[in-house]
Amino acid sequence: MKKVMMGNHALSFGAKLARSRVIAAYPITPQTQVVELLSEMCADGSLDAKFIKVESEHSAMAACIGASVAGARTFTATSAQGLALMHEMLHWAAGGRHPVVMGNINRSMAPGWSIWADQNDSLSERDTGWMQYYCASNQEVVDTVIQAFKVSEALMIPAMVILDAFALSHTYEVVDVPDQELVDRYLPPFKPAIKLTPDDPRAFGGLTGSEHYMELRYKLQKDMEKAPALIEETGREFAKAFGRHLGLLDAYRCDDAEFVFITSGTAGYTARAAVDDLRAAGVRAGNLRIKVFRPFPFAQVREALRNVKKAAVVDRNCSYGAHGIFYQEVKSAVYGEAGAPPILGYVAGLGGRDITVDSFKEVAAHAMSKERADEEIVWIGVKK
Amino acid sequence: MRQKKAKKIVFKSAEEMPLMICSVGDQTHNRTGAWRNIRPEIDLGKCIQCGICWKFCPEPSIDIVDEWPVIDYDYCKGCGICAEECPSKCIVMVEERK
Amino acid sequence: MSTEAKKPKKMTLSIPPEELMACGHLACQGCGATMAMRYMLKALGQRTALCIPACCWAVIDGPYPYSSLDCPIYHCAFETAASTATGVKAGLDMVGDTETTVVAWAGDGGTFDIGLQALSGAAERNEDIIYVCYDNEAYMNTGIQRSSATPYGAWTTTTPVKHFKNRPKKDLVGIMAAHRIPYIATASVSHPEDLVKKMKKAKAISGTRFFHIYAPCPTGWKSRPEDTVKLARMAVQNAYFPLFEIEDGEKYTINLKLKDKKPVDDYIRIQGRFRHLKPEQIAAVQAEVDARWARLLKLAA
Repeated sequence: MKKVMMGNHALSFGAKLARSRVIAAYPITPQTQVVELLSEMCADGSLDAKFIKVESEHSAMAACIGASVAGARTFTATSAQGLALMHEMLHWAAGGRHPVVMGNINRSMAPGWSIWADQNDSLSERDTGWMQYYCASNQEVVDTVIQAFKVSEALMIPAMVILDAFALSHTYEVVDVPDQELVDRYLPPFKPAIKLTPDDPRAFGGLTGSEHYMELRYKLQKDMEKAPALIEETGREFAKAFGRHLGLLDAYRCDDAEFVFITSGTAGYTARAAVDDLRAAGVRAGNLRIKVFRPFPFAQVREALRNVKKAAVVDRNCSYGAHGIFYQEVKSAVYGEAGAPPILGYVAGLGGRDITVDSFKEVAAHAMSKERADEEIVWIGVKK
Repeated sequence: MRQKKAKKIVFKSAEEMPLMICSVGDQTHNRTGAWRNIRPEIDLGKCIQCGICWKFCPEPSIDIVDEWPVIDYDYCKGCGICAEECPSKCIVMVEERK
Repeated sequence: MSTEAKKPKKMTLSIPPEELMACGHLACQGCGATMAMRYMLKALGQRTALCIPACCWAVIDGPYPYSSLDCPIYHCAFETAASTATGVKAGLDMVGDTETTVVAWAGDGGTFDIGLQALSGAAERNEDIIYVCYDNEAYMNTGIQRSSATPYGAWTTTTPVKHFKNRPKKDLVGIMAAHRIPYIATASVSHPEDLVKKMKKAKAISGTRFFHIYAPCPTGWKSRPEDTVKLARMAVQNAYFPLFEIEDGEKYTINLKLKDKKPVDDYIRIQGRFRHLKPEQIAAVQAEVDARWARLLKLAA
């Protein structure tokens, strides 16, 4: 069934179709419509879930963790300051192996107060052990929530489904809403092997000495390493059921490309228009949109850049004192590869400043003027 | 539960550890009797079988066996609450000889 | 020992014999918090799920991969006892287990201080959980630092004798009563029968139930381990920590009427943490206790 909906409602529909059983959330702009629609669905009975209207995001994640360890499929959504407040509990969810799925609307961190898009909120959480999916369309949001539950529950690792503030959260698009029966077949009920129950009384997450802690984290890393293949596999399965492929990367006109933009989120769709224009002007351009940031698809990125002559990473984020964050990861993916292309780093669109087709053309012009990459980050559209 | 006297658990590899960080055994492997400097001794001749020593033992390392209190010295930490609370004063704390 | 010589009589135990807490746990000698747990589980039974934040009990239960309790436990973040318990209850309900009693079990730091927001949130929503604060009146697990449950006059490592705590203990029960939750009770490890009785009563009520349990700490109070029960009893008898319950935030019932209310002096004098107090400061403690008691009598009238 096709429906016109905003990105936030796409998250709600994803959570509903996945048959989330417990939702605990706290409102924050620009996430509010996600929880408003979910509370309506819970109230009218179309979603058989408990909605806990907690008093903070910290409590939201704590409640999600509690519900998840009790064996319930659990969803929440937040943004920026809310995600930062959850930070402690993000480590808890991943370290405790609780497959909570969370929508995060990418919003810039205060101060100054901003409700507009950039990725520093979610990327500040990159080392918490959560999987991170970056979406570029409302269709992808609905589909990815469903897939994320499947992957997370198989590996017992939580996941964030991430979308840009306003550029996606409040933008209406046509979404082909997956059929519930097909979703149920794709995503069976959550049945964890170990859960919190008096029938099998265990103490979870107790004091762990140095003789055990490292092995437990080793297991998390080993399972995270299984995720790229599982995301590809469940993506193919998804394509079989629903006709849409979900993968780690979205390559646009990359097959014969000599120059590629490397992007994430909605900027990845804007880049396509720039690619078309560049092609019309005789440049063999392409766009490689990275959909999954954690686990980082190192091998797949390396492979995608094999025949490329130059790549420009456009980051809607900045690790102050270092570089754009996707830029660092892409560089490390190709490091030491014979014939690896020069990779240039650009920062654009912080605090919700638009990343336009012209922004990408500016990136392309700069990149082509450079013989080789240097350590400089190039800021696009900044008034210096 | 106390009677189990579980053994220490040793994981030889990460594989042997459950995926979730959870307990797989109980604390009875830990013989806290070794913490003790003074030990309670019950004179059952004076015991009035009130159960107060059993009631207040924080371990709990006092059992009721055939209607009499019996101290499990494997676990008694020697806090002395039983002697302090005993209404018939039939429990005395004596120095532990190691 | 001459058990054969004496004919055993049938013992009558005043609290349930079932033990859900095993030996071998890591509590200090004479730990009140440990006794509180033992009594609570005797009342609630095995189908109890505990959420334990950072507090002494995070250590007492034993390290990974062990536990001292025959009930499931989630060791949660310091400020999340109430919110984690909320989630556990919702999760259990949604997987069809509506029978298990969910308990948040936190110390005074995790309740009076860092966990108060989550507790207030859960209470305002009237979550179907029992929240227990076992109160040893300071951050004992981290080495005896003052909390907002530390009483006036007490030494702690962050309120040294020259600057002992000169503010009264936070009235948490009053705060909880203001939330109008169905059931609130104080209890003490010196009165296990009363604790068990009220815990059983609470188990049969739905909604948020709050227990404030007095749990002396020989290590932090600089008292003798054998005096734990004695100290707790004195605190009840001198109205330093009276036993009462509040239903629906309004109906106060004093469980142990004090016909002969004792002065606080003896109680103060056997604790090293109060050793520095001068007579006029002890008089100030007495005045505060008397005022609180008078107020409680009025509320329960």
